[in-house]
Amino acid sequence: MNHATPLLSVHNLQVQFFMDEGIVQAVDGVSFDVFPRQVFGIVGESGCGKSVTMKAILQILEPPGRIVKGEILLNRNGSTIDLAKLNPNGKEMRDIRGAQIALIPQEPMSSFSPVHTVGDQIIEAIRLHQPVHARAARQIALEMFRDVGIPMPEQRLDEYAWQLSGGLRQRAMIAMALSCHPRLLIADEPTTAIDVTTQAQILRLLRKLQEEHHTAIIFITHDLGVIAQMADYVQVMYLGLVMEEGPVDAIFHAPKHPYTQALLRSIPSVHSTPRVNLPTISGSIPHPFNRPSGCPFHPRCPQFIAGKCDKHIPPLRSVGGVQAAACVLYHDVEVPR
Amino acid sequence: MTGTNHLPSQASTHPSAQPLLQVKNLKKYFPIQKGFFRHVLGNVRAVDDVSFFIHEGETLALVGESGCGKTTTSRCILRALTPTSGQMLFGTPDATRVDLAKLTRQELRPLRPQMQLIFQDPYSSLNPRMTLFDIVGEPLLVNGMTNRRERVERVAELLRLVGLRPEFMQRYPHAFSGGQRQRIGIARALALHPRLVVADEPISALDVSVQAQILNLMLDLQKRMNLTYLFVAHNLSVVKHISARVAVMYVGKIVETAETTELFALPKHPYTAALLAAVPVPDPRVKTGSVELKGEVPSPANPPSGCYFHPRCEFAVDVCRREAPAYRERSPGHFVACHRADELKLPGIA
Ligand SMILES: Nc1ncnc2c1ncn2[C@@H]1O[C@H](COP(=O)(O)OP(=O)(O)O)[C@@H](O)[C@H]1O
Ligand SMILES: Nc1ncnc2c1ncn2[C@@H]1O[C@H](COP(=O)(O)OP(=O)(O)O)[C@@H](O)[C@H]1O
Ligand code: SF4
Ligand code: SF4
Ligand SMILES: [Mg+2]
Ligand SMILES: [Mg+2]
Repeated sequence: MNHATPLLSVHNLQVQFFMDEGIVQAVDGVSFDVFPRQVFGIVGESGCGKSVTMKAILQILEPPGRIVKGEILLNRNGSTIDLAKLNPNGKEMRDIRGAQIALIPQEPMSSFSPVHTVGDQIIEAIRLHQPVHARAARQIALEMFRDVGIPMPEQRLDEYAWQLSGGLRQRAMIAMALSCHPRLLIADEPTTAIDVTTQAQILRLLRKLQEEHHTAIIFITHDLGVIAQMADYVQVMYLGLVMEEGPVDAIFHAPKHPYTQALLRSIPSVHSTPRVNLPTISGSIPHPFNRPSGCPFHPRCPQFIAGKCDKHIPPLRSVGGVQAAACVLYHDVEVPR
Repeated sequence: MTGTNHLPSQASTHPSAQPLLQVKNLKKYFPIQKGFFRHVLGNVRAVDDVSFFIHEGETLALVGESGCGKTTTSRCILRALTPTSGQMLFGTPDATRVDLAKLTRQELRPLRPQMQLIFQDPYSSLNPRMTLFDIVGEPLLVNGMTNRRERVERVAELLRLVGLRPEFMQRYPHAFSGGQRQRIGIARALALHPRLVVADEPISALDVSVQAQILNLMLDLQKRMNLTYLFVAHNLSVVKHISARVAVMYVGKIVETAETTELFALPKHPYTAALLAAVPVPDPRVKTGSVELKGEVPSPANPPSGCYFHPRCEFAVDVCRREAPAYRERSPGHFVACHRADELKLPGIA
């Protein structure tokens, strides 16, 4: 399907937080390619490194977090630049942020300033990347507001973020993110703080905009239902590592990794049988300072093989065709680590 | 077939005819005040004429989007709030019924141990400076178990009951994961053998991989101790799994109640059908979200005329804008507040 060159190519990204108590290995060697027009889904439970990966791409990691290894290659007009090598505060990175890659965060409340109207903030963002006057920028903002389905857009432009409902605020955020026509949109749990009917509206809107603008999207969530509905290709993360990846249909209908399999079996769904115990995953996600040796899922894995799974981190390798899994059941590991 | 069964399937195993809890026309209004003299400008009708019942040993789920009044309803039942009006009849063990809405603090005290709450957030609801022994043992101490040895034994028993090791008794909550903390909260809630347990979104703050553990634990405990649950959730998928019946709330009112499988398969209220359609199904071959519910939930301070759902309802007709629909039993055990409930054929989930 994708013979094209990837828009974004992340290679062996490692991000660590250097804390007084020790080092948090937040992202531990993650690689992926995002192709033009693709909705690339990343799913994983809280703390698995989804947001940190995105912050690394945008170079907005807060200290004590640092990219310690890896490449983040952005394809721009046929040439590639490594974002990991750019100065986070330099002009080049600032130009890329917003204009090439835009972010829709989980909680738009904290991303909008409470002392400026949402309109002023979007106008400012537009003028940062496009040589237009304030009036023209306002016109663009107004059109964006219409595009994302905000009722009474003119009036809303002059309101503050706190005056908007959760759903409208997220729409305003989407308008801001799309106002400079980015080629890649990062949606980091964009509907987690929102109710289901509003979530359905926002997901529908994102899909429509994606089709119209041909934007590629990295869609991040912990919700397997949302990822199934939104993504073309899915990467499953656990404790800073990719457990499995593949086209969405393969991940949901032929999961290979024990973590993906167990997760899919255990989630309560509208299709589950009432009042019958669900299969569960034992234990809980380890504390980041308490990372298990070897495969990070081994203390909870029903197929754990002592002496093997706890010795080496299994690399992510192809398990037939387009799907890949990081598990010794599919690949024997000799490489010590 | 469930629809022909007058008594909810689960409750029918408990022959006691009277429900453990019967809520009738419950209202809770919060005054909107302004200025120095605190003039009352209007009311937030957080709970607006709500009626339902729960049989002993049964689980009723209360479902709705945020702000629809679920927490306010729960807090009224536990009498953390005093209702504006209405009745909340609670069956005491000697088979008499008391109206929780009318009791004074003094009169409530002996009943409090029988009604307990499981909180949503296992992080903020446990005092970080208390050990597990103190947290779980506190209600025992307050209720007269002054002998420490006795308390240690009972706390150990409770911890085992919820799947925690009694050796953890001297540890503090921070040493535990979210799921384990929720178990601690459950142990504390069960310390005094409650009959009614109100669980306000007990798994929504938990990681996906531990949600099923807590749901299973709640199901197991219910079977072992004949507990009665009011299970509050904003998520219909969770509810399918745990409850015998479901009540759907919208802007302070219950719009539909039915036995769980019936509600999912044959919803009769357009809002219920919309909620079902909005749930993203974890299967890429099943495309959800094709029917879109437009607009937003109105404020309970200023609800629309007639049926509160009419501005968003694709089936609305004139009468919907004028008259509030009555909440009536349309088929045995299936209550709906919609003018067109009998004629509409709404899609459900098998
Ligand atoms: N500012 C920070 N300081 C220390 N550790 C952090 C910080 N931000 C994230 N982390 C750690 O990095 C890991 C990944 O976090 P994150 O990417 O936010 O997870 P999520 O998948 O939920 O988005 C977690 O273990 C978290 O504790
Ligand atoms: N103490 C209060 N004063 C005023 N309004 C309140 C108060 N508590 C809740 N409300 C309002 O009542 C409505 C219902 O709230 P709540 O019961 O918390 O809903 P839910 O639990 O379903 O999200 C909301 O509009 C909320 O803002
Ligand atoms: S590597 Fe071992 S522990 Fe990890 S998922 Fe595979 S079988 Fe389970
Ligand atoms: S009463 Fe009318 S507006 Fe309300 S849900 Fe029924 S059809 Fe829709
Ligand atoms: Mg995150
Ligand atoms: Mg609530």
